[in-house]
Amino acid sequence: MSAENDPAQRVAIGISFGNSYSSIGFTTGEGRAEVIANEDGDRQIPSVLSYVEGEELHGGQAKTQFLRNAKNTVAYFRDFLGQEFKSIDATPCHESAHPLEHESTIAFKVRDSAEDKENDITVSDITTRHLKRLRNSAAYYLGKEVNAAVITVPTNFSDAQKEALNKAAKDAGIEVLQFINEPVAAVLAYDARPEAKLADKIVVVADLGGTRSDVAVVASRGGIYTILATLHDYEVTGLKLDQVLIDYFAKEFLKKHKSASDPREDARGLAKLKLECEAVKKALSIGTSANFSVESLVGGIDYTASINRTRYDLLGNKHFSAFSRLVLHAVEKAQLDPLDITEVILAGGNAHTPKIASTIANAFPETTTVLAPSTSPSAINPSELSVRGASIQASLIQEFELEDIEQSTHPMVTVTPHLSHAVGVLCISGDESNGVFHAIVDAETPLPVRRTAIISTPREGGDVLIKLAEGLRHIKVTKPEPKTKKEKAEDDSEDDSEDESDEEDELREKTWKVSNVLSEAAIKGIKKGGKVEVQINIGADLGVNAIYREVGGKGGVRGIIAGEKAANGSA
Amino acid sequence: MASAQVQINLPLPVLPAGWTAEKDFKPVGSLSNATDRNIEPVGPHFLAHARRKRHKRTFSEDDRIQAQASVKKIEDDDEGEISEPEDPLMLQREAKDWKGQDHYAVLGITRYRWRATEDQIKRAHRRKVLKHHPDKKAAKGGTEDDQFFKCIQKATEVLLDPVKRRQFDSVDEAADVEPPSKSETKKGNFYKLWGKVFEAEGRFSRQQPVPKLGNEKSNKAEVENFYNFWYSFDSWRTFEYLDEDVPDDNENRDQKRHVERKNQNSRRKKKTEDTVRLRKLVDDALALDERIKLFRQQDNAHKNKRRLDKEAEQKRLAEEAAKAKEEEARLAAEKEAAEKAQKADSKKAKEAAKNASKKNKRVIRGAVKDANYFHGAGDAPASQIDGALNDVDVIITKLDNEEIAALTAKLSGAKGADAIKQVYQDEVKQLIGAGKLKEGELKSLS
Repeated sequence: MSAENDPAQRVAIGISFGNSYSSIGFTTGEGRAEVIANEDGDRQIPSVLSYVEGEELHGGQAKTQFLRNAKNTVAYFRDFLGQEFKSIDATPCHESAHPLEHESTIAFKVRDSAEDKENDITVSDITTRHLKRLRNSAAYYLGKEVNAAVITVPTNFSDAQKEALNKAAKDAGIEVLQFINEPVAAVLAYDARPEAKLADKIVVVADLGGTRSDVAVVASRGGIYTILATLHDYEVTGLKLDQVLIDYFAKEFLKKHKSASDPREDARGLAKLKLECEAVKKALSIGTSANFSVESLVGGIDYTASINRTRYDLLGNKHFSAFSRLVLHAVEKAQLDPLDITEVILAGGNAHTPKIASTIANAFPETTTVLAPSTSPSAINPSELSVRGASIQASLIQEFELEDIEQSTHPMVTVTPHLSHAVGVLCISGDESNGVFHAIVDAETPLPVRRTAIISTPREGGDVLIKLAEGLRHIKVTKPEPKTKKEKAEDDSEDDSEDESDEEDELREKTWKVSNVLSEAAIKGIKKGGKVEVQINIGADLGVNAIYREVGGKGGVRGIIAGEKAANGSA
Repeated sequence: MASAQVQINLPLPVLPAGWTAEKDFKPVGSLSNATDRNIEPVGPHFLAHARRKRHKRTFSEDDRIQAQASVKKIEDDDEGEISEPEDPLMLQREAKDWKGQDHYAVLGITRYRWRATEDQIKRAHRRKVLKHHPDKKAAKGGTEDDQFFKCIQKATEVLLDPVKRRQFDSVDEAADVEPPSKSETKKGNFYKLWGKVFEAEGRFSRQQPVPKLGNEKSNKAEVENFYNFWYSFDSWRTFEYLDEDVPDDNENRDQKRHVERKNQNSRRKKKTEDTVRLRKLVDDALALDERIKLFRQQDNAHKNKRRLDKEAEQKRLAEEAAKAKEEEARLAAEKEAAEKAQKADSKKAKEAAKNASKKNKRVIRGAVKDANYFHGAGDAPASQIDGALNDVDVIITKLDNEEIAALTAKLSGAKGADAIKQVYQDEVKQLIGAGKLKEGELKSLS
């Protein structure tokens, strides 16, 4: 018992528990996150459990049971956890055990023992069993008992759902150190790479999963993450892409075999189509063509066909563009412009699809990096992003007492004022209309913050004026006939790059507008070619403490701009 | 946060002429209001943020404290192992009697002893080598004395070989903790003193972790588990280290075998002794352990309570039974008395009834006579008398006492032979009606 609460005895892993797939990971001694393969060699373990004559099958083995044992196979249960029956969407479970109302929770009627009797298994029971299997796989791989984990959850997971998951995990012998949000885990996975540089950026994490898609806009400021907006969609999903292929192959099959019945109307035929189409989809992400082959698809007819990527891109185009629209919607919801986005991280199994990555890359300006396997060779496997993030977080916090973790994740600590405007200096000219604003601290930076900037001086040296100001980000749109205007209304139409051809020649630029000068300071007698270091400390009370000095020089200027409370009187 | 540095290549403007301010700084405006948002509690930088916020530190304070913390850790590690003073006597040791040396002391890690990790041993060795290397001594102008250096090498060899280390640990008396005497434990520090003893003995256990002695709050299961463990102790302790040197085989084979056998015997003997010693130790501890007494008392109290409860219950039951019996007897006696009284009464009544019926019968028979034996007039012939009397007797036998009484009453009311006869005839009719007589059976009354 003491081992469970003793941080020294803790062996913590990261778990990404998804509706369709789960994965487990850990952090090696050198601080690199690694994903653990289960006994079957799967790194993406299907979140499926199947019962055959009292024997429990899990993962890939259970998934093949969709064919002949669908009734005793439980899948897509993650989102049911901690929910009431009336609020769940049971569509994905159509081809497996159906969820039923059971007291106040949801259960599956499954024959899980050797006896010929169906038992009600609640969702939390199923989750416990699933997590137990994951835990065993991890323990088997690590050679140590695993007793703690960081688990990733979608951003819209309610407290009740987290509580239910926590309980299920506890029953499985896992102490949940922390729940972290999937998109943030993905950002963390990228930021934890040794070559990653600490930079202020805004990242869109787009997770195209099997049964749902989630998009989150995350501001990363000095390694601290803030979610600015999230969007959840249950329509644009990986299963929809499967459906596209299912329809395509079913139609091709019917064309070839005129007398055969529609395989989609036969339960087993549909299950076979489904499994094979998922495999074809995965193959198309890697190669330019893939073979489809099912024995005895329907009525004992074997069917083999092939498909190339172009055809698939055409077939799925509707869904691809829907997904990129979804991403742009999220950006809009965060009241940002695509130009503000530094990176788009594609996560989830369907992010492997090259067409999705290219569609999104087209939707964003060139300054935005799209991190997906097909667009960036250094990208991390999108399916492993959240589990890697969870593993890193697990290694970071596993030495802490649970109470410590709780206190640190308390709203007291996490709720922080964020700068509403960027703060920077005016370069070239002291005049607001002529000067070029250069941000030192970006908008949406959590306070308190400390930043340093090194600024060039006029070539000949001498005395300089340092003007600290707030800057407004402003999108400058240059039309063929040069004209600058504030085009807020037009920015809002998110699909501008999609189908509005008249805007093709238009040039969109991100510029700054000085809105509010905060302070002025002077440094005198700078050497030729010298540089000035500016350090800005902004406190949580909006007080600014600025230090200006010449690099390598002595002394310097120090100034304090009073914070909110003190400023109220004068304003 | 030093990495969060911005490089700006555009030059700063030149200070306009006439710009002055106190200390060259002039605040102009203030920041616009901030938005409150939830930051994600994830990542190393958040941990730093949480640390700052919870301890209310500023950036520079936190940097300084963190730096200090990490520096201190390194110093601690080194200090711990260096600080052990070297005994001048130990430095004089000859390498050839390495068996007698305390390897841990040679390497300066006596505070760890059997707890020392391989890493600690390696580091201790390295430090000692740096200090005592013969070349260094020679360079200092000392002698060519490398004896202690050889001791160090030997100690490392023994301690880094798991088998040899176990052999040495087995006989490492300096790591033993002497069991306290009875009088020492009297002062209420039983757990403290004996806990150390068992902790030291526990190092020989094959089974790890070894259960702890606990304290006065330990429950019965824990204490029992503890003593069970020690009574079935599985020890890896060996005494090979104390073996006599086996001579080279090419000298004398018999001699060699003799020594080997002797060694083995002595090992076995020592092992047995050790087992006995441990057994006694555990016995002693058990005898002194207050908890055992307490548990026994509790047990007894529990058992006694049950027994007393049971006895009380029995007593109560017996009392109840006796009471019930008494009650029963009383009731029986009462009943008997009542019955007796009733019997006596009924006897009297019966007798009275008998008398009454006798009397009545006599009246009935007499009435026949009064009715002139149902003969019309004049003296009735003997046959008539006989018949009449017989008939009346028949009637009497057919009637019960009450009917006889009723008949008597009627007869006494009837005057004259005819009336009497009429009464009889009525009676006969009644009897016939009741099916007690047959029509025409009584001739004299027909």
